[in-house]
Amino acid sequence: MKTTDTPPAGVTEGRPPSPEKAGAPAPAKPKKDVTGSALNVFSHGVLVLWAFMVVMPLLWAVMTSFKDDASIFESPFSLPDRLHFENWSRAWSEAHMSDYFFNTILVVGGSLIGTLLLGSMAAYVLARFDFPGNRFIYFLFVGGMSFPIMLALVPLFYVLKNMGMLETLPGLILVYIAYSLPFTVFFLTSFFRTLPTSVAEAAMIDGASHTRIFFQVMLPMAKPGLISVGIFNFLGQWNQYMLPTVLNNNPDNRVLSQGLVELATSQGYKGDWSGLFAGLVMAMLPVLAAYIVFQRQVVSGLTAGALK
Amino acid sequence: MQHGKYRFIVGFLAAPLALYAIFVIWPFIQSIYYSFTDWTGLSPDFKMVGFDNYSRMLEDQIFWDSLGHSLLFALLLPLVTLGLALFFAFMLNVGGRRRKGAAIAGVRGSGFYKIAYFFPQVLSIAIVAVLFAFAYNPNEGAINGLLRAIGLDSVQPQWLGDPDTALWAVMAVLVWSTVGFFVVLFSAGMASIPKDFYEAALLDGASRITTFFKITIPLLWDTVQSGWVYMGILALGAESFAVVQIMTVGPGGPDYSTTVLVLYVYQTAFRDGQAGYATTIGVALLVITLALAALVMRVGRRERLEF
Repeated sequence: MKTTDTPPAGVTEGRPPSPEKAGAPAPAKPKKDVTGSALNVFSHGVLVLWAFMVVMPLLWAVMTSFKDDASIFESPFSLPDRLHFENWSRAWSEAHMSDYFFNTILVVGGSLIGTLLLGSMAAYVLARFDFPGNRFIYFLFVGGMSFPIMLALVPLFYVLKNMGMLETLPGLILVYIAYSLPFTVFFLTSFFRTLPTSVAEAAMIDGASHTRIFFQVMLPMAKPGLISVGIFNFLGQWNQYMLPTVLNNNPDNRVLSQGLVELATSQGYKGDWSGLFAGLVMAMLPVLAAYIVFQRQVVSGLTAGALK
Repeated sequence: MQHGKYRFIVGFLAAPLALYAIFVIWPFIQSIYYSFTDWTGLSPDFKMVGFDNYSRMLEDQIFWDSLGHSLLFALLLPLVTLGLALFFAFMLNVGGRRRKGAAIAGVRGSGFYKIAYFFPQVLSIAIVAVLFAFAYNPNEGAINGLLRAIGLDSVQPQWLGDPDTALWAVMAVLVWSTVGFFVVLFSAGMASIPKDFYEAALLDGASRITTFFKITIPLLWDTVQSGWVYMGILALGAESFAVVQIMTVGPGGPDYSTTVLVLYVYQTAFRDGQAGYATTIGVALLVITLALAALVMRVGRRERLEF
């Protein structure tokens, strides 16, 4: 996961520059570009087709969530006769979507703060201090990225059980933090390395303690990196399915992704498909809306890691 | 930076390292140990059985089925996904008609495409799986409905219900949900390739297709390679678990036609109460994951191009 010359993510915010604006003076010959235009028609077709394939299922789900059960099956592709908002209220209260939302916000809120705090502490020490075992600890963290998590989950289930934290939200929060640390430490270590040392040294001469330098000088300077890795972790934890499925089977503590799968089963029995779609759309919309608003930050946050 | 340095280092590393050791490192070590025991997971009693679990695994037909499907996922999914993504990214960034003096340009509306393609990436794989499980429903689902709507009444596959199509249906969902991420990733990489290279090549009479293979791919190789490993790990792990577990009957059916290693570990441990044997299968999964990463990095090694 290294390229020689890709600058770290936070710094690259603002990229990619849109190709349309890259207006270098034209050395292009005014020759008729036959392959170019044939390719252009073909590529446009394929691009439109894929956009259609991505957007349609989502739009279809939104549309279906406003229909009544009968018309979902009789005329799946027609517009709803009227907006059946009762689907949404039924999903929100009777199908426990409100509980799932609440649990998810609690778990993701707690684990996101914990991940950023613990991750940046470890990364800062590993990036800026020389001590025996530094490399070993770094590779211990980073190695966790390529191991199949399921292997660890079998014993972890019983570790949590013995600690009395199985099927509890605090237990889930700690597990989320632990499994987010490898990427967070990997990302932030290289980020802290790129920050200039002079500011920290000046603070040191002024008599600030290491702890104070970290919280008052280094963390504010690392803000772009924290935002990128924060978005990455937020989406990963919000959408997490495998960890809660294995470690959190208490119906009261279900998170959103589990709740939807449960809803798909239970509403399937009841034949309440419109309620299921309302629940699905309800879970989809906040992340989609946040993505559209913070589009650039989300993209740089999610792709930054893989570009390193 | 000497004063109180070690106290600070210990103080800052203690909490993250302890958490990581208890919840990640220690379970990994334990699971390798358990793979040599007959532990059920239900009772605290177990004894060492040597390599019994491993020899049992080699004779277990479901294990071989899962292994085959997992390998197919790990090899075919990155190939299809990254191939499509490279193509889309090239079109979006370089494939456009020449205009306003720029020698190369993206197609019109490339900004829109990049936003739209990325949609599935921000959705939970669980939502995607539930949505597609419904769409694949042979009688009431949208896909067969669409086939009927365009007059293909005779083509009504059972999709997830047919052992011959179920695995492909599941894989298609994973492709659908991951292509966008790589389009955006490769677009960022392509944006850092200097425009002069394309201009020079086009001046020399190279076609777009030539520039794709001779300029884009070589200069993007590092990104493609790490993308391959990333996709391979996803296809062996969490993503395939979610889609197979949510979408297929059984899960893993019909007739074990979609079961994958990560799901088989889960079922053996938590449904069948054979935690010891489950960790053995998990160790096999670990070996395959690491082998895949090593293979991609070794086979794909090329001279690094500086630009």
